[in-house]
Amino acid sequence: MDAIFTNDFYYLGLIVLFPLIGALINGLFGSKLPSKLVDFVACGAMLLAFMTSILSVLIFSRSQEPMLTYTAYQWIYTGSFNADIAFLLDPLSSVMILIITGVGFLIHLYSTSYMSEDPGKWKYFTYLNLFVFAMLLLVLGKNLLVTFIGWEGVGACSYLLIGFWYSDDEKAAAGQKAFIVNRVGDFAFILGIILLYTETGTFDYVELHQMATNAATAAKLAPIALPVVLLIFVGCTGKSAQIPLYTWLPDAMAGPTPVSALIHAATMVTSGVFLLSRLNGLVTLTFEAMWVIAIIGALTAFFAATIALVQNDIKKVLAYSTVSQLGYMFLAIGVGSFTGAVFHLMTHAFFKALLFLGSGSVIHAMGGEQDIRKMGGLKKWMPVTSKTFLIGCIAIAGVPFFSGFFSKDLILWNAWSNTHVFQIQGAFEGLPTIESLTNTVLPAVESQAMLEVATPTFIIHHLVFVLGLLTALMTAFYMFRLYFLTFEGECRADEDTKAHLHESPVAITIPLSVLAVLSVVGGWTGWPHVVSYWFKDNQKVADGMLAFEHWLAPVFETSMTYRIVNRFGEHYKPYEWASMGFGTTAAILGISLAFIFYIKRPDLPGRIVESVGALYKVLEDKYKIDEIYDIAFVNRTVDAGKVSYGFDRNILDGVLVNGVGFFANAFGQILRYLQGGDVQKYATYIVLAIVMAFFALT
Amino acid sequence: MEITLTHYLLVGAITFCIGVYGVLVKRNAITLFMCVELMLNSVNLTFIAFSKYRVDLDGHVFAFFIMAVAAAEAAVGLALILHIFRHYRSLDVDRASELRL
Repeated sequence: MDAIFTNDFYYLGLIVLFPLIGALINGLFGSKLPSKLVDFVACGAMLLAFMTSILSVLIFSRSQEPMLTYTAYQWIYTGSFNADIAFLLDPLSSVMILIITGVGFLIHLYSTSYMSEDPGKWKYFTYLNLFVFAMLLLVLGKNLLVTFIGWEGVGACSYLLIGFWYSDDEKAAAGQKAFIVNRVGDFAFILGIILLYTETGTFDYVELHQMATNAATAAKLAPIALPVVLLIFVGCTGKSAQIPLYTWLPDAMAGPTPVSALIHAATMVTSGVFLLSRLNGLVTLTFEAMWVIAIIGALTAFFAATIALVQNDIKKVLAYSTVSQLGYMFLAIGVGSFTGAVFHLMTHAFFKALLFLGSGSVIHAMGGEQDIRKMGGLKKWMPVTSKTFLIGCIAIAGVPFFSGFFSKDLILWNAWSNTHVFQIQGAFEGLPTIESLTNTVLPAVESQAMLEVATPTFIIHHLVFVLGLLTALMTAFYMFRLYFLTFEGECRADEDTKAHLHESPVAITIPLSVLAVLSVVGGWTGWPHVVSYWFKDNQKVADGMLAFEHWLAPVFETSMTYRIVNRFGEHYKPYEWASMGFGTTAAILGISLAFIFYIKRPDLPGRIVESVGALYKVLEDKYKIDEIYDIAFVNRTVDAGKVSYGFDRNILDGVLVNGVGFFANAFGQILRYLQGGDVQKYATYIVLAIVMAFFALT
Repeated sequence: MEITLTHYLLVGAITFCIGVYGVLVKRNAITLFMCVELMLNSVNLTFIAFSKYRVDLDGHVFAFFIMAVAAAEAAVGLALILHIFRHYRSLDVDRASELRL
């Protein structure tokens, strides 16, 4: 492949362009086009984008280049500040575009059936295509500014789609809540990238990564890394629904279910994970920020899971589960397991999209009912939905050989085993250079000196490991609670609903089946190292089993190799087995508990609720976080608004604007008497003025 | 008695004041107009007097300019007066006082 093509890989432009064209056609003419054609345009645009993505990734994987780029447009071009609309295809964005266009296409296909009776379908598909366009900008952008356009674009589309049924006040409010909460995060995000720019003078990811990983420039960058990473992380907590800005995501379930699947589970909410992975060189420069990320991630995972335990709305359970799983991804980033984060991002996209689409199928069959207490026994009527849903539940629970197991295991294992070499006592002074690392640290890694890790990292990693395990246990429990209550047992719906129960049409079952297959095999690209070690004689198989890690290695190599290391060194094998054992036990235990509670002894949950009523109430009320936010921020903002309103009305409008008007008017009222229409009076004024001027001047 | 610059200026000033007085107190439009001419010509006299005193031609130039402008003004002014008369059937300027709030 010639070098010109490397820097002018226009396929990237095409990938972004197709959804935009789809959105334009449907947006401009959709109301007049026949319904079938609207479906065709929306799905066709996605399919083209997906095909182009596959082709691009194939070309990229054969090209031997570290990355392919394409500059579409010289956007801002001033002397010292230049920014282009430029795209970058590297292993990380490859994974992202395949997920976005692939899962996106399936969800578009699903939507053709799910939204078929909605009069605003053309509008829906316009927003959906526009969302994919923005999301592709976000992940393909070569600099932070392009990513930021996408970042805001997905936020706007998310707002439009959550409030899609805007005639319902509650749904419109949910859209606004999502938008406003996201704005809080975005503000910090903007501050972060501005601060980064003032220090580095560039927005370009490639240059930033080089600066952050080159020993000489990294030393310069290190002092600002902490505030920059924390500010950008606050932006990520908004977009990716982490503590403290997660409250919008459960409310976002007000949108159509495929939207929840695409935007609020599979793609948009993972953009924070993507961004921090993209900036991995910068993130690993500052272990304090990584502690914060790990702890916030673990706490989010844990608390969201506890809330999900007691929710009765099928989509709310999935929403809190999404928050929880996103917490897992941030936990992974915090412990330096970028591969684990992106791996979980991918498997989560598969099984959570599957679960949401499955829940949409159920809601459709139940005629809009979302309360799982009124469901039950649905597998009799909905065989495909129930089977695929079960696969999704197994995958998210982390049962071995299903995709969720592999990604969750990688994260848990890394949480236990990783440490920052920055933290090894006495390894070196200041920031490491590649030489100092190879000379002093890496040998130390292999010796027992590795155990001499800094205490905070050691404690935090163990803490998040335990929280991660507890979360895995709860995840397995609430997912199977959901499954058992929905599909197993006796049907608790009324006769009228029962009569209408039916399996969904093929446009719904095909995406479910494809995602179910992906939810199983999607994880087979990243087996645990110890398992691949069995095949060490057959290098090809062993490599294949770690395909995902090898694929992403070029992106994370520098920071992973020289900053994050396995503290067990060569003797990691028994520990990794143990970690796998813990994870599997948690999953099996959770499933068994759910089985006992909801199949064997359905009376137990009620009795337990009675005995710990207060705790149950707290969980059911979601820790009253929304109410606390209302009191602490929302109402205070409203108060501030009222004060501003009063100030505007009385001081600005009353005294300043109207005051000036009043004064001018009054002055005019007096002066009007001079304008008598009598020429001779005017002449008199002139003469008097001249005489006065004469006296004044002499 | 020798007639000096002062005498000329005094005559000019007196004529000017008569003109101003006429403009301010007379009601008849024609009279007003003639008073304006009087003021213009008093200024002309002053200019010529200064010109003679300084022994250069600048004052003459100004005087000619004023005469030319006065001729144009006479044309426009008389046309206006004619119209005022046709409109109000009177030459009283107080009648033509509708340009007010």
